[in-house]
Amino acid sequence: MSQTMRNVVLFGLMGLLIVGTGLMQGWNLALTIVNMGLISGVMALGVNLQWGFAGLFNIGVMGFVALGGLATVLVSMPATPGAWGAGGIRIMLSLVLGAATIVAAVLVQQRMEKGRMRGVATVAILIIGFFVFRAAFDPGVEGVEAINPASSGNLGGLGLPVLIAWPVGGLLAAGAAWIIGKTALGLRSDYLAIATLGIAEIILAVMKNEDWLARGVKNVIGIPRPVAYEVELQQDPGFIERAASFGLDPVGASTLYVKLSYGVLFALVLILLLWLAQRALNSPWGRMMRAIRDNEVAAEAMGKDVKGRHLQIFILGSAICGIAGAMMTTLDGQLTPTSYQPLRFTFLVWVMVIVGGSGNNFGAVLGGMLIWWLWVMVEPIGLWLMQVITSGMADGSWLKDHLIDSAAQMRLLTMGVILLLMLRFNPRGLIPER
Amino acid sequence: MDFLNAIVAFANFVFVPGLAYGAQLALGALGVTLIYGILRFSNFAHGDTMAFGTMATILVTWLLQSWGVSFGVLPTALLALPFGVAATALVVLGTDRAVYRFYRKQKAAPVILVIVSMGVMFVMNGIVRFIIGVEDIGFADGERFLISARTFKEMTGLDEGLAIRTTTVITLVTAAIAVALLFWFLNKTRTGKSMRAFSDNEDLALLSGISPERVVAVTWIIVAALATTAGVLYGLDKSFKAFTYFQLLLPIFAAAIVGGLGNPLGAIAGGFVIAFSEVTVTYAWKKVLGYVLPDSLAPDSLVQLLSTDYKFAVSFALLILVLLFKPTGLFKGQSV
Repeated sequence: MSQTMRNVVLFGLMGLLIVGTGLMQGWNLALTIVNMGLISGVMALGVNLQWGFAGLFNIGVMGFVALGGLATVLVSMPATPGAWGAGGIRIMLSLVLGAATIVAAVLVQQRMEKGRMRGVATVAILIIGFFVFRAAFDPGVEGVEAINPASSGNLGGLGLPVLIAWPVGGLLAAGAAWIIGKTALGLRSDYLAIATLGIAEIILAVMKNEDWLARGVKNVIGIPRPVAYEVELQQDPGFIERAASFGLDPVGASTLYVKLSYGVLFALVLILLLWLAQRALNSPWGRMMRAIRDNEVAAEAMGKDVKGRHLQIFILGSAICGIAGAMMTTLDGQLTPTSYQPLRFTFLVWVMVIVGGSGNNFGAVLGGMLIWWLWVMVEPIGLWLMQVITSGMADGSWLKDHLIDSAAQMRLLTMGVILLLMLRFNPRGLIPER
Repeated sequence: MDFLNAIVAFANFVFVPGLAYGAQLALGALGVTLIYGILRFSNFAHGDTMAFGTMATILVTWLLQSWGVSFGVLPTALLALPFGVAATALVVLGTDRAVYRFYRKQKAAPVILVIVSMGVMFVMNGIVRFIIGVEDIGFADGERFLISARTFKEMTGLDEGLAIRTTTVITLVTAAIAVALLFWFLNKTRTGKSMRAFSDNEDLALLSGISPERVVAVTWIIVAALATTAGVLYGLDKSFKAFTYFQLLLPIFAAAIVGGLGNPLGAIAGGFVIAFSEVTVTYAWKKVLGYVLPDSLAPDSLVQLLSTDYKFAVSFALLILVLLFKPTGLFKGQSV
């Protein structure tokens, strides 16, 4: 079977799974899975760019996804009245001050002669800078957080259309990736992994803790939508008429319509990114990336700038994860920093890439869709399995209750087993790299 | 008097908690560093191995408690610990046989083994959640305090109390025993020496007739014991929750790397360095400074450098600094 045929068959099977879910459990659920599956596909594309193309081991995906979510709030929410006057400007200026401190320390490191004086000067700049920064920063934060803390207490956003937040989310993630890449990319693979894991936790800590930014753990709700609202659709006579002509009631039709519109938007983004990634893969740049991945020393000897290329692809991949994060927060309509967990947003994406086929863009997308479908479906399947296993046991026995209660925890177990089996028996993935 | 009060306040809120946390991290980091030294990969499943061992210990503790067995003033979990270690050792040996050995035979790249350990992490996390659930579980029984803050105040007549919790003392004593045993084993016994030889130079060790599978198996058993002990001590000190143990991975790795990956002494030092930096940077110094400084200089604010949520940032910043300026760690570790 040719490669193309195989891909068509695999994606066709994926489509059948979705259709089957729609027929068995309702189209509402099926569309929900498709929407998150598309977003997962985008995330997997980003990780595949880093791991599949360049062999960079980034397990800080969660951080970039969360930054994308932050961008949604900062771009699309209306500005909190009076927040900029109450301390917003002060916060911004002190952030500039903080950045200037770090730049000064780096400059001292670069310009001064190596020796004790340089160390003392660097440490002194950093310590004094930190206290000056805090002195400037804290009153500003207090001012902003004092404004109506129950409903806002943050700076708010720019009030722009939410679709603009998607590229901005990518830019924000790219900026973070640049800083991380500058410091950590020279490290060997497992150090880079631990460094990125740490960065993701720090980004999350900042988002949970800095209430002035996006209300921290108090969450931001009611993020504007790029698509219609169900309530409005249900009052639109034209829509009700069209729904009736399909034999649907207005309420059901409006939810389906909204989900479908999201799906179309996400699919457009995914197709665009997939096209770009394919172009990149088959370009001289893509061949150079793979050459660097397979043998860094040889590539460097050929005059390739290994460090620069690594930084480049690290930024690109992270930006894609940021876009996916912004899309996800848009879909949810809210930003809840506590919902970001590394197992779900970092390691699951890795399972997607490895199951799908690292190094192959179509594989990554397929893995994203398939693993997301499984992630959702394992719970009902597990519950069903547990009911079958326990059907012989007496009602009310503790083991039966425990097994049925724990069925919800089957997810991680299943994902781990799938990952291990794939790595052992089919390490190149469902759609292997050509 | 004020000076004494400051010292006591410092000891109570910074030194003693830091010591206990440091010992727990050091035990965890020892496990990571041993795996790295012998099997040559960073084991991401270590946090979940700790969680598994703690879970096994908790289950045995509950069994003992239901039989009415107790350890007097000490927590019953200490009696259950050997059973927990045994269960964990069986599981990690089984994992090695079923999963890791295949890649070892293939001489797979370390990064592949890291990804494999991610899979193991998922499975172990799933098993723990499946068996014991995701709730917070406190399993410390016996006497809570050796000296409570109140008794201390009455004894010394100071304004500040120094509470010595039983779990703190147990942590330090157990950790000291574990480390002493480990170093005795590595330095004095034949098997320990063969492990060190294997870690230093694999080919040479193989040539001199050391059985690699035996070294690997012994390593896993030791790692299981260390991980379970670390996990149980952490759980006694705070509480058990599957997710928290997963998050411990970051400070533990930071400790191992800061100390020098592959170097057991470094792991211990790294554990304390990380623990004390986390505690000092996130502690509100207002009280201590209020005693030391004259009234006119006494601070109004909390004098907290960073809020407690940023404790990960502290271990991480240290990690990056060490990696940038001294890539082999404080003590000379391996750097490939």
